[in-house]
Parts: sequence; C-alpha cells; structure tokens
Amino acid sequence: MRHSTRIAVGPVQFRIGSDWAEPIAALDRLYAGYPCDDARPADATVRLFAARPWRRRLRPSVHIGGDFIVPDALPLPLSMGLLAAEMGMNLQVALGWRRHMLLHASAVAKDGRALIMSGESGSGKSTLAALLGEKGGEGDWRLMGDEFTLIDPAAGDAFAFPRAVSLKNDAIAEVAAHVDPVRLGPLLAATPKGDIRHLIPRASAIAAMHEPARPALLLFPRFGGETAIEPMGEGEAFVRLTEASTNYVALGEAGFAALTRLVRETPAFGISYPDSATGIALVEQLWAETAR
Amino acid sequence: MSAVRTFVDLLAARRAPATLLARDWDGVIGVARSEAMLATLAYRLVDADVPRAVAALFADQRAAAKVAQAQALWEAEMARRALAPAGIEFVLLKGAAYAAADMACAAGRQIGDLDILVLASDIRRAENLLLKAGWEWVKSDPYDDAYYREHMHELPPMIHKVRDRMIDVHHTILPRTHRITPDALALMSDAVKSGSGYAVLNPADMACHCAAHMLADGDLQGGLRNLWDFHMMTREFALADAGYWGKLDARADLHGLRAPVHRAARLARDLYGAELPGEWDRQDPADAWFRRRLLARDDWGRVTDPLLEQAFYIRSHWLRMPPAMLARHLWTKWRKR
Repeated sequence: MRHSTRIAVGPVQFRIGSDWAEPIAALDRLYAGYPCDDARPADATVRLFAARPWRRRLRPSVHIGGDFIVPDALPLPLSMGLLAAEMGMNLQVALGWRRHMLLHASAVAKDGRALIMSGESGSGKSTLAALLGEKGGEGDWRLMGDEFTLIDPAAGDAFAFPRAVSLKNDAIAEVAAHVDPVRLGPLLAATPKGDIRHLIPRASAIAAMHEPARPALLLFPRFGGETAIEPMGEGEAFVRLTEASTNYVALGEAGFAALTRLVRETPAFGISYPDSATGIALVEQLWAETAR
Repeated sequence: MSAVRTFVDLLAARRAPATLLARDWDGVIGVARSEAMLATLAYRLVDADVPRAVAALFADQRAAAKVAQAQALWEAEMARRALAPAGIEFVLLKGAAYAAADMACAAGRQIGDLDILVLASDIRRAENLLLKAGWEWVKSDPYDDAYYREHMHELPPMIHKVRDRMIDVHHTILPRTHRITPDALALMSDAVKSGSGYAVLNPADMACHCAAHMLADGDLQGGLRNLWDFHMMTREFALADAGYWGKLDARADLHGLRAPVHRAARLARDLYGAELPGEWDRQDPADAWFRRRLLARDDWGRVTDPLLEQAFYIRSHWLRMPPAMLARHLWTKWRKR
C-alpha cells in the first residue's frame, strides 16, 4: 500500500496500510510514544482503502479492511480516517486474537491488581478509566485500556491494551480539562459514533503495558440515574461477560475455564451514577472496601 | 519474491523458514490469513526456526484450530442425532470429513459450514428433521430459495438457531444444471467409515469431489486451500495404496471429472511439488491461467488481478448452467439489485 505504519499496542503488533497519507500521519502522531520494534512481524494487518481508484481523490471515502473484513460496512470520509484506523484495529483484534480471552471492557490497575469495567457504549466505562488514569500523581492508577481487557486463559491475569483512548461527546471536555493538550488528537466532529477525540495515555501506562495485573474488582457501570451499588452474583457477571467477549466461543473450554475463574475469584458490582465525579468516588469506595 | 510465492514455497518445504527476513513474515502471514490457511502454515512449520513473535502467533493458531475442529465435529454429531434415528445415512464432506478421518490435510484446516451428502430420495425428510432439530433457513428471498431447490446440488443453507452454525445438505456434488453430472448414487453407496465412525467418501471420490469443488464449480476463491487439500490427500492415499492413482483415474472417468482431477494434480505438482505418475505428469498451457489466478495476491493479502478474478467468476457460472438459463438468472439477479 502507498502509506503504512507499524504500531504495537499491548501484545498485538499491527501493520496498518492506507491509500492516503493523512490517516497514517495522524496515527504516527498519536502513537509516537509507543515502543516500536521494526523487526517484529505483524500479528494483524489493517487496510484503509478506496473501493475504486478515483475515490482516492474524488470524494475520498475510507473503507476498512485487513485480515478480517465486515461485509457491507459503510466507508467513512477521509476527515474521519483516524476513526477508520481505530475501527480497523479493533476489528482485527476482536475477530483475530486468540492468545487471550478478550473482554470488551476498560481497565485500570494499581499495585499489580486490576479494576475491570464492562458495559455497553455510553455506560461511561471509557470515561471512568480515562479519568482514573489521569487522577493523582504518576504511580497512582495505571490505565490498561478503554476498549479491550485481555485475560490470560492459563494464569487468569489481566493484560493491557492501552490504545489511544477514544473520548466521545461530553467526555471530551471533561477529560480535556485534566490533561495537557499535546496529549489530545484532533477533534473528529459528527462521526457515526458522535464527536470523537483521542487521548494519548500517560507515558507510564504505555511503558508498563506488558505488565500483567491480577483481576481484583469487576464493575458494570451505568451512567445516568440515581447513585446505586448492586452486588452482582457470579452467574450474572458470567453471562454479561460472555456477551462482552468477542472470542469466548472461539476459545472453547479454555474460555469457559478462564471466565468461570474470573467471576468466582473477583467481586462484581453494578453501579449507577449521575455524573463522573460521583462515579469516581463510587469506584474508589468499592476498591477500598471490596477489591481482592 | 512475492509473499504468496514465499507462502507456497514454505508449504511445499522448498524454502527454509530461517532464510526469511523478519519483514518477509508480514506478507506471508497476511497472505496466509487471506487464504484462511494461517493455522495450516502453523502446523506445517511447527518445529521450524521462526522468529519468536511468529512462533507465538503460530501456537495461538494451532490451539484455536484444535478448538474449531472439535466444534465442527460436534456439529457433525448434532446432525447425526437429528438424522440417524430416522434411518437417514449421511456422508461428511470437505473439512469435517478430513477432520473425522484424521487426515494430514486436516491439521489446522479451517472448517466453515458442516457439509453433508444424503441420498436424493432422503433430502426432503432430512430437511424436515433438521428443521425440527433447530436449524432454520437463512435465505428469505423466494427466488434464491426456488433457485437452490430447482437447480443446485444442495438445499438452501440452514443455520442452527442456538449454535449459530450453518449446514449445507447436498444430494450430489455439482449443481444439477452443471455440464458434468457425477454419479451421486455411487458416491453414497461406495462411501467408507472413518476412524471416528462417520461415513466419508472413499479415497478416490474424495479427491474427485475436492477437484470438482475447486475447478468445476467455484471461481477459485480459496483455491490455494482446496489445492492443498487435494495435494495432501492424494499424497496420503498414494502412500497407503500403490494403485491409488489408477483408481482415481477410473473414478474420475465414472463421474465425468477426468479433466478437473488431472488439472488439480498438475497444479498440485506445479505449486506444492506433488510427485505424479507418468501418465498424469503432463503439461497443459491453460494451467498457466489457473496458476496465475491462484497466486494473484499481493503482500497485503489483496487480490491483485481483478480482471482475472472476474473472468474466473464468469467461467464458474458458465460451467454451472446453460447459456439461456444463465442469461435468465443474471437478469433476475440484476433486477433485484
């Protein structure tokens, strides 16, 4: 392909090719601080391409492809090329990665123990993880990721996938208030997923991205409504996490064993919160009182 | 050298993995994934000297393929439980058959749908039993449904509503309207029991079906994998039975599949280094087009020759149905766009 770059996020080495220079330049800026081993072969390939040669220049629209393709997925305008790259990377991991059980969940870690937050889009799991990751000084919470948390089927440890955090809509202003503007990507306005702006994780989080953390607390946040904490049984947590995993079925018995162990060994709660400050306070309270 | 060439050379053991540069692996892995053969390569290079990251990826692929095969064989068991009580016998085809018979080509082979063959006289009952056991139709379009029933060699595909797995129930191995009409009754009656207890096609018929599927029915999508199946199974069968190639010849004649079977053998020789007996070891200038189609992938896993791809697509339809019917079919499909 005309333009390409290589990015390593957690255990996954990506190779990303594009028909246009812009998405690659934007990626290179966001991922400049990530470790890069040029000699390491890629686990996953992402392609950003024009369906017809003239669509490179004439109303350019970015199709997302690679090792795995979603048939009939709609292309994005070139101005949203960075979002296309992010979706392409997610797609390859979601459908292709087999070394770990993938949870569609955000996570932060402290003292080698992980807080895992799972929820649908809009639950606030990304925002909570991003805010926790920015809280206090270095050495407080480590951001592990806002999209995927990887569980090692053999040992049960959580591994990080700290891609650039995808902040959406109101969360953009909320998080931007706490961080140096150089750590923010360009504003992608009015995308199919709303307004998006990427946040580069702290250097310490990137440096520690290969360090495992022991799952210590499972939260299922829900943004909006009265403040509430509901303990969640193993069965419900199990079912919710099977739905949050993109490769649970493909892993077969190993996936079942890993998930069973995770919900048996890790306390789980559903939490509702009206605003992020309350959410953070709830999380810190539960961490202090119940985390294993 | 192009990645797809390197990939084929690695499968054929013409090239030592240690001679690849680190960066060569990107293209090889990309091509292997595009051909749904990454786990096959992982098994092929299980003890080879490869970079650490590649070894880790290969180990993932082998483990995942094992789980996927167990799941595919479970689907076969589900079909058996649905059909056997009513006395309907079936023969496993393609990937599930190779796994059930524990053949060399099954190592790492991706298995998509469950393909089974039943007697044409059993097909309505088989369909009803599967519907009762939880499978349901996928195609909602009445034209597609009628098309399958009138002209194809299989029922419209069904999917299991709980397990989300597809089953293709065949009554023969090429479309009814195809220029070639294999002897479906002979395929069924001469099937053999595999070690796992499931019936599979006998060794000659299995290679006939593989070649027919690759060269007489499809447009060579996934051709490298089908050719790998053909290569590995004929090698395995010929090692076990010195008279295998002669039997394959006779059986190919019976089914009218002499040309595709011989072409598959020549392509397996050209790409994977198969050793053929004298009377098979010929040259055909037209093979070059097939080789070109099979190798038309760039280092990013993309098809490099869209015109050639289109030509093979048209060819597949040309073989499948007579011209007037093809025109009518394309017209109907076009109006539905």
